[in-house]
Amino acid sequence: MQERKPRFTSLSGLEINRVYSRDDLNGWSPENDLGAPGEFPYTRGVYPTMYRSRLWTMRQFAGFGSADDTNRRFKYLLQHGQIGLSVAFDMPTLMGIDADDVRAHGEVGRCGVAISSLADMDRLFEDIPLDQVTTSMTINGPAAVIFAMYLAVAEKRGISVERVGGTLQNDILKEYIAQKEWLFPPEPSLRLITDTIAYCAKQVPKWHPVSISGYHIREAGSTAVQELAFTLYDGLTYVEAAVKAGLAVDSFAPQLSFFFNVHNDLFEEIAKFRAARRLWAREMEHRHHPKDPRSLQLRCHAQTAGCSLTAQQPMNNVVRTTLQALAAVLGGTQSLHTNSMDETLALPTEEAVKLALRTQQIIAHETEITNSIDPLGGSYHVESLTNRLEEGARDYFRRLDEMGGMVNAIQRGFPQRELLDASQRYQREIERKERIVVGVSDYVEPEERHIPTLKIGPEVEQEQIARLSDLRKSRDPFKMAGVLEELQEAASCSENVMPYLIEAVKAKATLGEICAAFTEVFGTYREPVVL
Amino acid sequence: MAVAAPPIRILIGKVGLDGHDRGVKLIARALRDAGTEVIYTGLHQTPEQVVSTAIQEDVDAIGLSILSGAHNTLFRRVLELLKEQGAGDIVLFGGGIIPDEDLLALKTAGVKALFGPGAPMNEIVDFVKGLRS
Repeated sequence: MQERKPRFTSLSGLEINRVYSRDDLNGWSPENDLGAPGEFPYTRGVYPTMYRSRLWTMRQFAGFGSADDTNRRFKYLLQHGQIGLSVAFDMPTLMGIDADDVRAHGEVGRCGVAISSLADMDRLFEDIPLDQVTTSMTINGPAAVIFAMYLAVAEKRGISVERVGGTLQNDILKEYIAQKEWLFPPEPSLRLITDTIAYCAKQVPKWHPVSISGYHIREAGSTAVQELAFTLYDGLTYVEAAVKAGLAVDSFAPQLSFFFNVHNDLFEEIAKFRAARRLWAREMEHRHHPKDPRSLQLRCHAQTAGCSLTAQQPMNNVVRTTLQALAAVLGGTQSLHTNSMDETLALPTEEAVKLALRTQQIIAHETEITNSIDPLGGSYHVESLTNRLEEGARDYFRRLDEMGGMVNAIQRGFPQRELLDASQRYQREIERKERIVVGVSDYVEPEERHIPTLKIGPEVEQEQIARLSDLRKSRDPFKMAGVLEELQEAASCSENVMPYLIEAVKAKATLGEICAAFTEVFGTYREPVVL
Repeated sequence: MAVAAPPIRILIGKVGLDGHDRGVKLIARALRDAGTEVIYTGLHQTPEQVVSTAIQEDVDAIGLSILSGAHNTLFRRVLELLKEQGAGDIVLFGGGIIPDEDLLALKTAGVKALFGPGAPMNEIVDFVKGLRS
């Protein structure tokens, strides 16, 4: 019988056969390639009991307006059954700029929360017990400074940093590749990351100092294979940097975590999570020979694909997000954010974010898919896809090794160009109607129904500027100058900057002042423009 | 003898702190493929830099992408600077995540066209080609 299309492909362009059988798994063996849950090569999951012991952490990324606005949203989410917090910062904060800087004009509190000082951080977590929740903070260039603020808040409340748990994104390589929020050149940036890794290994054992992220790489247009390849290779780069700085691999590798996108192609995405765990275990084993098995385990957070959502017929986004969340859970994620239906229009309203959280709760408690671990393990199709994703990523590993590593590859514009080409291919497929986007390329409705969206007023910026002005008047300028000078001295030699950062934020130095002090030592970065 | 009209020159760029450049690069490529001369500014441009480049490069139009929510401030500032510097004939258009009410206000203020998420690429190319007619 005639088939609908001459060729069937995955979302990432992998050709897909009519049916899969044993013949597609030549050389594959359950002993070597699958293993048991919680055992090498961890294809089936990093824990022996997975969701039968503990469900994934439901962690909605949230942040807008002032620290007080976001504090209220955090409490709302916790009230509705969320377990972990996740902070979205505004653009000035992400770029290490204070709200009263001219470059911040118009951007304060717009796409996240504005945090310029320790006092802001304190208000962000008011009445939230930092020893009972875990907090993820999505920040990269100035990650070490924001981390210092968080630790200083815990200390102020009498909570030992040993008991503080959470995650710092702190992944600068994917910024050069995809999201483009950098402060310094690669070398000093890698050094700051190594400092946070070393500090956590010694002082903050429950913290994940880096969340090696594919999310933004995928959002910038990569395929699933590219997301997998570049993310894991970034991870290997951080491990190498830390080992070079003298850390023993087992002293820090168990604290590393990952963050993946989960897109529309259900089986390809499930295979991606499985391939990621297997590839990380194999590469870490091969490159670093750790003794602690936890150094081989890839633990991850996942977020549904923002770039898959449409502004047209926004209710359809609930369905897209549900299917993507299903893939993340079938793929064995440790933590999940589900996007809200209104996020192509604005930051989410309370109602929209509650529905997104409920989506996870329904998957967790009503579908019964959590009963058995890696339920698709052994499927000819999913195992074959898992193999192909791993092989595709290995091809990229070889090319990156040949280029002398990720930093060199970035300077040559290699991953940037791969992403741009992939996103152009995808765009053309939609324009040629080889792929259908419901409500956009087909099934279009002439009259769009409007849904309520979150508004952020200009007063947020004015109030934040006023708070900063008060702060600058309230502090001891001599003490301030002293701590910044000491910080710069530490930054100029190879001393760990974390203790100096904590002193600086406690002396009320602002995020912008600290980052400016770093810039004097480290310089700035200009990207190779790829078009 | 008829002289072929010189190709349309467009400055495409990102203003402000936002680094999301997937869309803007695809648009720059599509316009280039359609025969437009594209000057791509790269990231993190200030309105002052954009306007100064636009005048130096003698472009027909400026296309800006803003996904960080700072559109109200940044588009208006570019319009202001264009007028101040006697370059009010340069067309300003753009794209990004822009709520309906802001969309209307920005168009009234003088932004010629704004393209939202999911806008077909040919619509943008046609808009640019139509600038000379």
